Amino acid sequence: MKQTGTELVKRGMAEMQKGGVIMDVINAEQAKIAEAAGAVAVMALERVPSDIRKAGGVARMADPRIVEEVMAAVTIPVMAKARIGHIVEARVLEAMGVDYIDESEVLTPADEEYHLLKSDYTVPFVCGCRDLGEAARRIGEGASMLRTKGEPGTGNIVEAVRHIRKVNAQVRKVVGMTEDELMTEAKLLGAPFELLREIKKLGRLPVVNFAAGGVATPADAALMMELGADGVFVGSGIFKSENPEKFARAIVEATTHYKDYKLIAEISKELGVPMKGIDIAQLSQSERMQERGW
Amino acid sequence: MKRVGVLALQGAVREHVRMLEELGCQTVLVKHKEHLEGLDGLILPGGESTTMRKLLDRYELMGPIRSLAQKGVPMFGTCAGLILLAKEVVDHDPHLAVMDVVVARNSYGRQVDSFEVNLNIQAIGEAIPAVFIRAPHIVSVGEGVEVLAEHDGKIVLARDGHLLGCSFHPELTTDLRIVKYFVTTMV
Repeated sequence: MKQTGTELVKRGMAEMQKGGVIMDVINAEQAKIAEAAGAVAVMALERVPSDIRKAGGVARMADPRIVEEVMAAVTIPVMAKARIGHIVEARVLEAMGVDYIDESEVLTPADEEYHLLKSDYTVPFVCGCRDLGEAARRIGEGASMLRTKGEPGTGNIVEAVRHIRKVNAQVRKVVGMTEDELMTEAKLLGAPFELLREIKKLGRLPVVNFAAGGVATPADAALMMELGADGVFVGSGIFKSENPEKFARAIVEATTHYKDYKLIAEISKELGVPMKGIDIAQLSQSERMQERGW
Repeated sequence: MKRVGVLALQGAVREHVRMLEELGCQTVLVKHKEHLEGLDGLILPGGESTTMRKLLDRYELMGPIRSLAQKGVPMFGTCAGLILLAKEVVDHDPHLAVMDVVVARNSYGRQVDSFEVNLNIQAIGEAIPAVFIRAPHIVSVGEGVEVLAEHDGKIVLARDGHLLGCSFHPELTTDLRIVKYFVTTMV
């Protein structure tokens, strides 16, 4: 019998995105540029993270008109963001036929205690993580894909590097543990025990893990692949650069050929000015989006 | 040992590599045209066909892969790979245009309509799990093309001589039978 919304169908969708770049876009024109550059999907937003930072106030799900406009403009999958714990924003995006929902700390959380029970939905979800405990809790709730949190809208890769290294180091540790050590590790991480057993058996996370937050150049994208990311999200890095078409193309190529340094040198030439970055140390605690989510 | 390449620009590459290794093949990740030398077969995996096409163009892989297909090197395309192989793509320009089938993209709707189902395939076996993700389907086939499986009245697996294409993703499951069919009877 035909079944929709199964774990395999939802996780499988993310498997198809591996090795690719998912780009933030705010209208049909940007979506077409992203598709032409070779993006594997686009994230439809009202504002890119760096503008969310500037605007301040409460950041919510995008106007459905923008999401619809982007869905009509491209044939690649379209993702959209819902606030952490906002059941109705998520249901609305699902009803609109969005291909993937990002339960995202880039938006202002709607619930400071609970994330969405993502296994309840037919549409798949991607969630941010900073360590294996957070990653495993999100998978436990039904996330079909993960991404590092990084520090969105800063053009600074340092936090994404910290998070991908942390998650992968913790995965390696779990894989190397004996069965009888896993329960205590689950307790320490705040991670579901069964998931740690699955990770140990598989030798990796059971879902795809992309890098996100602060990717601004082709070399940044390649670095995240080198560190073991399955693919890359680029938020403000493309459409806040001087030449979005060239940046988008170059980031796609650098992600595919992340070990081909001569090629990365070639495609990085005369790209123009990347987005202006922010030193994370200059951000106050309340401005740090990565702290959102639990 | 059979030497089988997997187009490794993007998508479900590691899944195909794992299956091929389980079937005792030597695998080659194909990112540049040099990687095509000496292949006994080539798999075009699932992923995003538009992305793969851009990268195929930029790294001048289109011509070399097409001429291998014309020389008779066996190829198997799953989902996006089927779209790459098809001679005609509804409402879009074709890509490699080597397999005599007409393919429609996203035939089942958006991701919320993606599904899994078990297929009985006479030439291969019973109850083969098939995962359809934003899947294409084969609208029609040319003369001499063998229709191997249909679902809901749509053709989802077909063979045109040395070229095999399916709408779904055998690589996402642990069932080796379809890839084994390709490796043992075609490569």
